[in-house]
Amino acid sequence: MEPIGIAKELQKKFPDSISEITTHRGQVALMVERTPIVEMCRVLKTDYQMNHLNCLCGVDNLSRKMAHGERFEVVYQLYSIQNRVTLRLKAQVPESDPSIDSITCLWSGANWLERETYDFFGIVFNGHPNLQRILTAEGWEGYPLRKEYALRGDTEWKGFIELKEKARQLSKFDFYGAQVEQE
Amino acid sequence: MTETKTVDIPVQNGDEDRYQLKLGPQHPATHGVLRVDLDLDGETIVECDPKVGYLHRGFEKLAEHRTFAQNIVLTDRLDYIAAMSNNVGYCEAVEKLLAIEVPERAKFLRVMVCEMSRISSHLLWLATHALDIGAMTVFLYCFREREVLLELFAELCGARLTTTYTRLGGVRQDVTHSIMAKLDQFVEKFPSCIEEYETMIDTNRIWLKRTIGIGQLSAEKAVDLCLTGASLRGSGVDYDVRKHMPYAAYDKMEFEVPVGETGDTYARYRCRMEELRQSNYILRQCIDMMPPGPIVGNDAPDLVMPIKPGKQLEVDVHAGNALFNLIEDRNVFMEGDIYVATEVPKGELGFYFISDGLGRPYRMHIRSPSFLHIGALGTMGKGVMVADLIAIIGTLDVVLGECDR
Repeated sequence: MEPIGIAKELQKKFPDSISEITTHRGQVALMVERTPIVEMCRVLKTDYQMNHLNCLCGVDNLSRKMAHGERFEVVYQLYSIQNRVTLRLKAQVPESDPSIDSITCLWSGANWLERETYDFFGIVFNGHPNLQRILTAEGWEGYPLRKEYALRGDTEWKGFIELKEKARQLSKFDFYGAQVEQE
Repeated sequence: MTETKTVDIPVQNGDEDRYQLKLGPQHPATHGVLRVDLDLDGETIVECDPKVGYLHRGFEKLAEHRTFAQNIVLTDRLDYIAAMSNNVGYCEAVEKLLAIEVPERAKFLRVMVCEMSRISSHLLWLATHALDIGAMTVFLYCFREREVLLELFAELCGARLTTTYTRLGGVRQDVTHSIMAKLDQFVEKFPSCIEEYETMIDTNRIWLKRTIGIGQLSAEKAVDLCLTGASLRGSGVDYDVRKHMPYAAYDKMEFEVPVGETGDTYARYRCRMEELRQSNYILRQCIDMMPPGPIVGNDAPDLVMPIKPGKQLEVDVHAGNALFNLIEDRNVFMEGDIYVATEVPKGELGFYFISDGLGRPYRMHIRSPSFLHIGALGTMGKGVMVADLIAIIGTLDVVLGECDR
């Protein structure tokens, strides 16, 4: 079945939750509500054999020029290995309550992808087994891939400041632990 | 003297007797800066928790502030063992997003460098995987052939590892007769080299004991964990992006996708060995079928590398700036989003782009295979011995540069 056909059928099943079907360069994308995302993925996985989760990522629409819905989006890229069709779901996540249900019950591989999205965008995945930061360093503040987060900040990461202080302390001693005279 | 017997009493989850071991991040067997926190009961792993992020460089954030053409160099640093494949993957994605045509010769050159990097990556995988398990000699043999390929890369684009070979709309340099002659020689000789590796380890009792039945995954479990590449095919799932969504000139190439049955470390090893043969076969076809023509398309928004760098420097500053502004002047950056996957040696490398009409990606997400493979390590590592965990890390073929981005 063609991806556009699947999208139309899915729209019949979830009439209130799918606001838009777009096609760009032959790839079909659905703009969906966040509430029934797990149910939607389950239908796609079991009824349409979309068993491979290509990609899951967040998007921040803050400075986007083209038309968009809510502030955040979570993008699910699904692929059917048997039927060779691909479909993209774009779940809308509002800024006031950045949370969405976790799909780790369907793909355990989504675990780390969701952790990554949480790490970079601060989107909370309800029902995730271990929602912790993954790529940024311990004690990181802010969510780096949000648009308001500056590429170059005005302060150092506090772990690095600690490290420099430690290095300064240690430089008072030589290799054998004896105190070195500071000039 | 009385004889003492040690009895291995299994401890319950959360018992104080459990031994905690932090494997890595500076450990040679973890292939980079991978840290694995282990809870051990004797030598059996009860809890396995991989930690990543030591090599995080914020490529996705960085890419939003650089033009599409500037981002090519970032992709070199993803999977630094097979930089060519990343270059091709990135450019294929951007070209599809911006609808840029690539000339036929460039497509063939891309396939050629992709397969060369696949061979060199698989050779490094075999070398280190065997070294982890204890086979020293095969390491040296693999590096002997890998060296030939890296020298060819250096001759082709001036760098052995960070190649930046592709351009939007083509490739940077054309091949010379000397490169083709050397590659031809390599392709001629390489099948006998594969046999050499196999003679060394395929009938080795230690190798078989360390690989058969280790890290076994059923097909459903492998798909559930979002594995791709040879790690997935070893479990019997026939999914290769080169066949499923052909890019570059792969639709004109004749090759088979080796698929394993048992889904253990040995099956994945066999898959990769067959892939080496298939890659070699593709290289042979590239040499025979290489069409003549230009290497960069006419509507390519990118800058072609100046042929004589000395002359370019004489151009005054203003003109020089104009050269680099080219990319923003032309109206090729349409709005829209796209996900394009390519098959890199490790698995499926996907780029998700959003373009909002400027010369920069509004959002670039890199779906790297190693990230998901290390994510699967927590599940695969449970209940096995520590030594087998090393074999599992090896068989998943992870690169931390790609995982941490």
